[in-house]
Amino acid sequence: MDDDMMTVFRQEATDLIESLERGLLDLADQPEDRDLVNAVFRDLHTIKGSGAMFGFTDMAAFVHVFESAFDLLRSGQAAVTPEIIRLSLSARDEIIGFLGGQPDPEGRREAILAALGAAVAGVGGAASAPAAPAEVALVPVGGQRLHFRLLGNALALGARPDLLLNELRELGATDIRADLSQVPALDALDPEICTIGWSMCLPAGTSRDAIDGIFLFNEADIRLDPIEAEAPAAPVVVAEARPVSVPVPTAKKPVEDAPVTADRGGATMRVAAERLDHLMDRVGELVIADARLLQLAQQSRDPALMAAAEEISRLAAGLRDTTMRIRMVPVRSMIGRFRRLIHGLSETVAKPVNFVVRGEDTELDKTVIEQLADPIVHMLRNSMDHGLETPAERQAAGKPAEGQVTLEAEYSGAEVVIRIGDDGRGLNRDRIRAKAVANGVISADALLTDAAMNALILEPGFSTAEAITELSGRGVGMDVVKKTIEGLRGSIEVDSVEGRGTTFTLRLPLTLAIIEGLLVEVAGERFSIPLAAVQEIVELPPDKLEADGGADFLDVRDRLVPLVRLRRMFGSQGEPDAYQTVVIVRAGDTRAGAVVDRIIGTNQIVIKQMSRLHAGVRAFSGATILGDGTVALILDVPHLAGVGQGVDDRTRGAAA
Amino acid sequence: MNNVVELKTASLMTVVTMRLGRQMLAIPASALREILDPLPVTRVPTADRSVWGVINVRGAVVPLAELRFAFGIPEEPATEASKMLVLDVDVAGEPIVVAVCADAVLEVAELDRHTIEPLPPKGSAWPHAFVHGVFRTPKGLLLFPNLGNIFAAQASAAGTALAS
Repeated sequence: MDDDMMTVFRQEATDLIESLERGLLDLADQPEDRDLVNAVFRDLHTIKGSGAMFGFTDMAAFVHVFESAFDLLRSGQAAVTPEIIRLSLSARDEIIGFLGGQPDPEGRREAILAALGAAVAGVGGAASAPAAPAEVALVPVGGQRLHFRLLGNALALGARPDLLLNELRELGATDIRADLSQVPALDALDPEICTIGWSMCLPAGTSRDAIDGIFLFNEADIRLDPIEAEAPAAPVVVAEARPVSVPVPTAKKPVEDAPVTADRGGATMRVAAERLDHLMDRVGELVIADARLLQLAQQSRDPALMAAAEEISRLAAGLRDTTMRIRMVPVRSMIGRFRRLIHGLSETVAKPVNFVVRGEDTELDKTVIEQLADPIVHMLRNSMDHGLETPAERQAAGKPAEGQVTLEAEYSGAEVVIRIGDDGRGLNRDRIRAKAVANGVISADALLTDAAMNALILEPGFSTAEAITELSGRGVGMDVVKKTIEGLRGSIEVDSVEGRGTTFTLRLPLTLAIIEGLLVEVAGERFSIPLAAVQEIVELPPDKLEADGGADFLDVRDRLVPLVRLRRMFGSQGEPDAYQTVVIVRAGDTRAGAVVDRIIGTNQIVIKQMSRLHAGVRAFSGATILGDGTVALILDVPHLAGVGQGVDDRTRGAAA
Repeated sequence: MNNVVELKTASLMTVVTMRLGRQMLAIPASALREILDPLPVTRVPTADRSVWGVINVRGAVVPLAELRFAFGIPEEPATEASKMLVLDVDVAGEPIVVAVCADAVLEVAELDRHTIEPLPPKGSAWPHAFVHGVFRTPKGLLLFPNLGNIFAAQASAAGTALAS
């Protein structure tokens, strides 16, 4: 086995283990659901099969026993109990241990299997040992004859006819015969193609489903004939004359794909993430080239050229949308982790909890999803550890003993909003204030709104937990969460009502790679502002042309918006002319009005990261290449809003 | 066969020489990606003047750095001879692509590493951290800058410039 195959195996195994976990957790909620039991069984079966194929024989043996327990559940000989789920989850963790090559000196794995076997046997009342798969002992009365033949390069893909035959024997197969009629002469033999077919007698009661189940992961040509009275008198080795149906697979799937997609319905394809990134880069370049073409076409005023350019522009936009859609991953893909986390934490901290997830189908760019998982884990830990009270405290406060932690995701314009909330004790503002004063984050007499106070917990080195517990408060604070979210061009807010709970609201862009931008000009230089953050554009009243001292605000429909004069912020040359425009942007609840010379228009921008040499330049979140090939910088809206609020100055002044 | 080549290059180093003001500098050819005629530069407001802009190098946004400020060389108006050199430089262990301005690119030369000399302890306005050493050539003193250190300083200067 080469490394590539091994990588694929590990990836698949990881997916299967995740799917397994998801299935088990679902099963905890719906123990009666046979489809879930079957799904878990299938996952286990595949893990066992591919594990054995890649030399993880210990793991395969372990999973075999695990699987056998589920076989009993599947056949209805035992019922799902919370104990079984708990043990299965532990067993699932051990599979990861096997894959990681971790030894098991304490015999933990044996213990889990033994307990699982006992749990399954205990519930079912059947004394059958879990290691022994359910025997279906039906007497072959009448019966049927099964012929099968493995198709394509099944052997190369790791199919094991011996194992298949063993499974068929468990179904009660007898009189198994090999059909050698298709075996070519030695010099024409391709060892990767299984030229041998088999036929056997199966008991009459054997269902087609059971047979298909065995061949679930193999591409095989299967024929089932009722046995005539004289059928058992078949020749010892099948004669040349016996016609063998030409292998025509009923539903041929791409072979690489078969083992993973078996339970996913629609045809899918596994692609290396790196290739998607390359594709996105190419599309980005195309969008830039397209902008240039469009500009040239407009200059030329040649109608034919303009028509062609617009056609290409339309195609490029379609390609861009499709590519971005390929990269979209539903929030569901990371939910499994969270449910497991909550499940485990609930036991550790002895706080019963109902974890509610809404909007699992909301999709985000895969990069965002990948980077979002850790911050969310942190927030969920916080909710479980600090947010929720103990059942006794809850009852004293007149709340149900079972706490609630929610995770909601929904679209909101060009953003996805994710809320993580609990119905616990809420933030204690007095304690936050005391801590902030002690740390010198604010001065003792600072007047802060509730929102500003809540936001303090996002500052570095801020943990109000009285004791460092196993769960959180290990120095990795909410500031890391905030930094990660902002790194994704998102924002985070905290809402809390004392005694009623705390909610974190994350706002994230749908995608990181290409966005709509508003192109503006400041002193002859062009800048782009992410359009999703632009609320409105107003003219700067003539009396506001000059900043009037400290209070540089603009009254926009009875709300004061602080002005950020980009000419001054950027140290631009020259004098502004009499007509200035204000672009009002919003980051979370904070608004600011960026004063620019004029608006050029909107355009698609492909975001390029700023170089490390510009890491200290906080005014820009990236750069993009315009249609004429020049570079325009993208304004960092949270920074802009922060400058508007004077937040920077205040915190810096207080810290100094 | 490869070993023979390596032995030879172990002491010989191919460099491209460039001019900034009246000073000659040597840039290792191995770090040089390409030499370009000056491209339109987009100023990066609030950035340190040593990395004052960005350019578009065939679809990639590349920072434009000025080495002259590191050595106190006065600015010169752009001429026909002005060039931009795109370099691959390791800065604090991470490779970055950066373009530097040159008042002129002179030639490709082979230098013997063993002939490098340390900076004279006196009479030099150059920060020692920014220089590997100098080569004496018939055409004058050839400065061999420590690009990694210069850009590392610029990266942190850009950060402190705003924070202060």
